[in-house]
Amino acid sequence: MAYSEKIIQHYDNPQNVGSLDKSDPNVGTGVVGAPECGDVMKLQVKVNPESGVIEDAKFKTFGCGSAIASSSLATMMLKGKTVDEAMAIKNMELVEELSLPPIKIHCSVLAEDAIKSAVADYKKKNEKVTEQEPAAAAV
Amino acid sequence: MIQEIKEETKTAKDQVIYMDNHATTPLDPRVLEEMIPTFNKVFGNAASRNHAYGWEAEVLVDKARDRIASLIGCTPKEIVFTSGATESDNLAIKGVAEMYHEKGNHIITCVTEHKAVLDPCKRLESQGFEVTWLEVGPDGLIDLGGLEAAMKDSTILVSLMFANNEIGVIQPMAEISKLCKDRGILFHTDAAQAVGKVPIDVNELGIDLMSISGHKLYGPKGIGALYVRRRKPRVRLTSQMDGGGHERGMRSGTLNVSGIVGLGKACEICQQEMEDETKRLTGLRNRLKDRIFSSLDDVYVNGNEEHRLPGSLNISFSFVEGESLLMGIDDVAVSSGSACTSASLEPSYVLRALGVGDELAHSSIRFGLGRFNTEEEVDHVADKLVGVVERLREMSPLYEMALEGIDISKVEWAHH
Repeated sequence: MAYSEKIIQHYDNPQNVGSLDKSDPNVGTGVVGAPECGDVMKLQVKVNPESGVIEDAKFKTFGCGSAIASSSLATMMLKGKTVDEAMAIKNMELVEELSLPPIKIHCSVLAEDAIKSAVADYKKKNEKVTEQEPAAAAV
Repeated sequence: MIQEIKEETKTAKDQVIYMDNHATTPLDPRVLEEMIPTFNKVFGNAASRNHAYGWEAEVLVDKARDRIASLIGCTPKEIVFTSGATESDNLAIKGVAEMYHEKGNHIITCVTEHKAVLDPCKRLESQGFEVTWLEVGPDGLIDLGGLEAAMKDSTILVSLMFANNEIGVIQPMAEISKLCKDRGILFHTDAAQAVGKVPIDVNELGIDLMSISGHKLYGPKGIGALYVRRRKPRVRLTSQMDGGGHERGMRSGTLNVSGIVGLGKACEICQQEMEDETKRLTGLRNRLKDRIFSSLDDVYVNGNEEHRLPGSLNISFSFVEGESLLMGIDDVAVSSGSACTSASLEPSYVLRALGVGDELAHSSIRFGLGRFNTEEEVDHVADKLVGVVERLREMSPLYEMALEGIDISKVEWAHH
């Protein structure tokens, strides 16, 4: 199968590969997919708690070239967006930007899920932090 | 010699190193040379008995038949020409089933067979035949005890491949045929990958029917043969292609003289060079393996390493996905055990049958070394591969988890 120029660019030179500290309350982590399906994406966002803007995003992906390109592009799109804007990113934006062929659309769906999962994790963490604060203070 | 041949066979893709010789092999230029007269001089129908044009073609066909027979230790009359191993498999399996159905309706085969055996057996199953699908062990070999236990009075045919197309594992032919002979069961083997690569004597090995492919042994595509035993026992087949009664009535259709000449020459070369070529290919294969294994951890060879074709190497690379691996070695033509490209997302059924986990099956590469591969190519491929695996592992969440001591098989994944 021939890959588009953009997929090859991301594969050869992926953006934002790496990991953020999972235990940091400002970091949200999403892991989606399964190894036996041939795709696992880990996507992380670091959010500025004051502004709600995503300051950093990192990924690690086990998957085909299209999956790597989708997650690389997703991290690029996330930076500078607010968490609410991030939740509005649709997989079709990735499909168009990367010219993903029909059989690779699931890679973009997985990336969208990874974004949602990472943001949800960040939100969940911060709900808990607020709830737990009084209890922690009491000890 | 090899360098000359490489120069001659260069094409637009000559920047890509070909290491997918299980899929097909390049036509040996010596084969081509011998085929050329059949395109521009000898055009007769080998079945035309009344004139020189026919006789001339028949002489070429007979010569090819002799060469093929010599390679596998049979008589020329036991060779039936077909369009390829798929047709040979169909003819053997359906032909035996139809001819012997009054004797019994049970067929034994194996889950790691090529689709050209699996699908005819499935069709027969849907028509009322009973099929036993043997499993294989983690090394890809069938269990002889299991085979024996599956045999019964109604068993008419055992069809088990000589060498597997994905992992190169060679089944114990002599032992299988012994179990069949003792019970009067016919034994067919799909030997598309093995003929010309390893020594085969159909009498010593007790094979009754054997499928042969032209393009797997540096011959042309569109030609193959079925060996059909004529003595002890005399195997009979119901033809699957009716017409002029060619090939002793077993396979009608005007003979493909060009293909037959090519197949014959290809067999002759294989026979002459087999001993040296086996040593050379085994050396290259081990060199490739050693170079990869000395640089990378968490890599595994799939299938038995002792009973294997000389040029075969199927390796799983943990924590990286096969298709992305292939993308990284885009100047090498190999095959991945991952079928992600076929949209099914199903990994290889052969690796699955070995009990290789899906995630490792997705991470596997099949190397098929052949006549025209060189040491230099092996080194280039190994070094490039090691670099790509290291880079992809840096990018792999699974590798990161493994380094953190997390057992990936115990993680609960969100399935899609």
